[in-house]
Amino acid sequence: MTAISTLPTEPRGKRPTRTFAPATIMIYGILLVAALYYILPLYVMIVTSLKGMPEIRLGNIFSTPVEITFQPWSTAWTSACTGLYCEGLKVGFWNSVKIMIPSVIVSILIASVNGYALANWRFKGSEIFFSILLFGAFIPYQVMLYPLVIITRELGIFGTLTGIIVIHTIFGMPILTLLFRNYFASLPTELFKAARVDGAGFWRIFFQIMVPLSAPIFVVAVIMQVTGIWNDFLFGVIFAGSKNVPMTVQLNNIVNSTQGVKEYNVNMAATILTGAVPLLVYFFSGKYFVRGIAAGAVKG
Amino acid sequence: MIIVNSVSIKDLSVSFGSVSVLKDLNIEVADGEFLVLLGPSGCGKSTLLNCIAGLLDISEGQIFIKGKNVTWEEPKDRGIGMVFQSYALYPQMTVEKNLSFGLRVAGLAKAEIQQRIANAADILQLEPLLQRKPAALSGGQRQRVAIGRALVRDVDVFLFDEPLSNLDAKLRSELRVEIKRLHHKLANTMIYVTHDQIEALTLADRIAVMKGGLIQQLDEPLTIYNKPRNLFVASFIGSPAMNFLRGKLTEIDGAFSFTAADLTVSLAKYETQEKLTNERDVIFGFRPEHIAITDKPGQKGLSCEAVVDLDEPMGADSLVWLKVAGKPISVRVDSGRRYMPGEKVFLSFNPAMASLFDATTEERI
Amino acid sequence: MSATTRPNTIFKNLNAKVAAIPMIATVLVVFIGCTLWTVVLSFTSSRSLPELTFVGFDQYARLFTTPRWNISAINLGIFGIFTLVFSTVIGFILAALMDQKIRFEGAFRTVFLYPYALSFIVTGLVWQWILTPTFGIQRVVRDLGFETFTFSILNNQRYAIYAIVIAGLWHGTGLVMALMLAGLRGIDEDIWKASRVDGIPIWKTYLFIVIPMMRPVFITTIVLISTGIVRVYDLVVALTGGGPGNASEVPAKYVYEFMFRRANLGQGLAASTIMLTTVLIIVIPWALMEYRGGKQK
Repeated sequence: MTAISTLPTEPRGKRPTRTFAPATIMIYGILLVAALYYILPLYVMIVTSLKGMPEIRLGNIFSTPVEITFQPWSTAWTSACTGLYCEGLKVGFWNSVKIMIPSVIVSILIASVNGYALANWRFKGSEIFFSILLFGAFIPYQVMLYPLVIITRELGIFGTLTGIIVIHTIFGMPILTLLFRNYFASLPTELFKAARVDGAGFWRIFFQIMVPLSAPIFVVAVIMQVTGIWNDFLFGVIFAGSKNVPMTVQLNNIVNSTQGVKEYNVNMAATILTGAVPLLVYFFSGKYFVRGIAAGAVKG
Repeated sequence: MIIVNSVSIKDLSVSFGSVSVLKDLNIEVADGEFLVLLGPSGCGKSTLLNCIAGLLDISEGQIFIKGKNVTWEEPKDRGIGMVFQSYALYPQMTVEKNLSFGLRVAGLAKAEIQQRIANAADILQLEPLLQRKPAALSGGQRQRVAIGRALVRDVDVFLFDEPLSNLDAKLRSELRVEIKRLHHKLANTMIYVTHDQIEALTLADRIAVMKGGLIQQLDEPLTIYNKPRNLFVASFIGSPAMNFLRGKLTEIDGAFSFTAADLTVSLAKYETQEKLTNERDVIFGFRPEHIAITDKPGQKGLSCEAVVDLDEPMGADSLVWLKVAGKPISVRVDSGRRYMPGEKVFLSFNPAMASLFDATTEERI
Repeated sequence: MSATTRPNTIFKNLNAKVAAIPMIATVLVVFIGCTLWTVVLSFTSSRSLPELTFVGFDQYARLFTTPRWNISAINLGIFGIFTLVFSTVIGFILAALMDQKIRFEGAFRTVFLYPYALSFIVTGLVWQWILTPTFGIQRVVRDLGFETFTFSILNNQRYAIYAIVIAGLWHGTGLVMALMLAGLRGIDEDIWKASRVDGIPIWKTYLFIVIPMMRPVFITTIVLISTGIVRVYDLVVALTGGGPGNASEVPAKYVYEFMFRRANLGQGLAASTIMLTTVLIIVIPWALMEYRGGKQK
């Protein structure tokens, strides 16, 4: 079993690789160009918001500010005008907070219990209702808007905080229920069975077995709902009422319905401020955000 | 005489960053040989196979296939065919397309392709399946198609990456036989990775037992089984596993014995007398079938008394668990007789078939 | 539950049913009730208030003779086709590039995906600013010396809808990339090895093996994008406001205007029913396919 010794000695060891192979250059080239396209708007927003109006009129949108000013930011926050009022975006910000926090809590509470019932305590018809619920996620909101206006008005919650919270809970339900149902269904059923044999009931199993195991999925749900509700525009316009106008709606009013000279720097500062909450959530949650997207995409 | 080995691996090392996965391996595989790479997961056996296939870049060393240095070659140019654990059949193509895709891409003539597919289909009995898609095939059929894809490449060396581990036990033993038959028919060189020792013992001409990126022993199956080179090989091979007892060597008048607690076994018949030294700490290993249970004490120095713990009838034979020198050991006996817990019996050892390992280096003595 | 001596099926598993009440109510009242209400009332002559004078398909006939609606429908078609094609193709290409074991994958992913975290309003306003002819890209290129360069799609009746396409792609392609990348990562690594052993070039492996294997991912992605497209509203409101004139109107905005601004409920309801029909045409075949696929497994 001895090999001959006349075999060539080269090549030997690592395959020689060119660091700058054409294929590698192309891959990174395309990715960088694409990245530039994605980054640019954020960059433009930031530099514009830091410039004074004269500089904006003279320079171009990509140039860095010669003289950095934070005036547009404070104007946007405290005194930007939305047609009639000039109280700044802070009003919308706090409205959005007031809408978001209860909506996130209520919608997740209801959907998690619901998902748990669907995963572990199926009853006759539960799967049918769940199927329709998922199907409902695809119905354009416009189809249901007017009857919902009538219903909420009859209930006396149209144009109130309660009203908008109910609406967010309803429309968050399909995706959140799916998220929780699939997660609970992925937990080992032995766990559930063992708890039942031990005599635990519906709520005890939920709170003492399921919830403690589900921190990650609750995080995903919170991220989805915080960004989703914060970014909502349509429901805010219709259901929140004029006292609770959320930040997106106010931002649009500031930028698109001002008369006279447009203050682009203030507009951009206001835009960044409105985008800041979901952006911060995104940058700090990374993987969870992607996971929420994947959960939303992989139906069934 | 010049022998061109089918596959030769010279000083091969692979490391990912600072993690060294394969260390300075040398293997020569003869033409037509069936070599099995065996080891626990993470031992580097699949890495080695992927290196031979050219799917992984090596860090040091060389690989020759049929005398040609293929160290830097692309997989397709190495003269290999490969069968994967998950079969990796192209799911949306029919069996025929699966077999022909590589050949069409390589630009072979249509007639040639047809001929090769017909040939492979004939050998593997694939004709009735040619127009089906992989999803419509059973596990065993998929397996055959995967082999067929390697076969049509008309290559010298077949590489198998745990091809049976996705199948249930019954099918696995059937396909094992088929692979062996195929090897006899084709007489190609085959390199086969598995963690299943039965597969290794039944299929291989030679087995390379691997651990930690090193080859522990490269020998014919029976040598590996009967004369394991170290404690790892001894304990990894064999089911039920080899029994081990820790003890000392003692010399009386130039005759060596193994002693542990109240047990003394004469080693007069052990194969390598010259390496035995007095007072050496050793591990005495013997397989369950290399020890016998008797009702009366056997030959002096090769026999001892033991108490039955329990027995496990396994059909053809039984495994009896007993306590010897305070340690549990198992003995394989004919299933004709049951042993009751607490029963007193005598054991007789066969040192000619036993293995001694140094207690510190764990190498065979 | 234990109080009843004879087991009653309604009280069996009662807690679960109680927990499901919000879902059942949502399904029955909102998803079924409200939808039916809208569909039924779209056949009436309702104006500022809902009324039950049925007029057959009159509202639909009027809808399709209204230029503003027809512009909206055509715009949706343009926006839909461009968004679908470009986001799928670009999303897949980016995902395929990201799958080449590149460095800084996390950084690239973060950059491609962050627009998706932003609202359509923010997206619309940023692009409105970038595309403003007097200060935006047109001005920048002109300042570089190309004095006659024109890129004023926001002011152009014909091209305003493409501004929405550009902004929409910026917002959503990262999502498509993420979905495709997850799909690519789900492909058995042995497939890639097998194709390398077979000597199949990478692009052929993608084209003939990987993409066909990813069919379900593509279909799901396309359905998701499509239903999102039909809904597009905020982006238009923020970016063009439907203008110039009615040039970039879309159905969702038409519905809103006629329901809540113009007190022409019948038109709004008919238009929203058309939107519903469009979505159903996309979703039902997909749902049936998924259902059947699920059964086969």
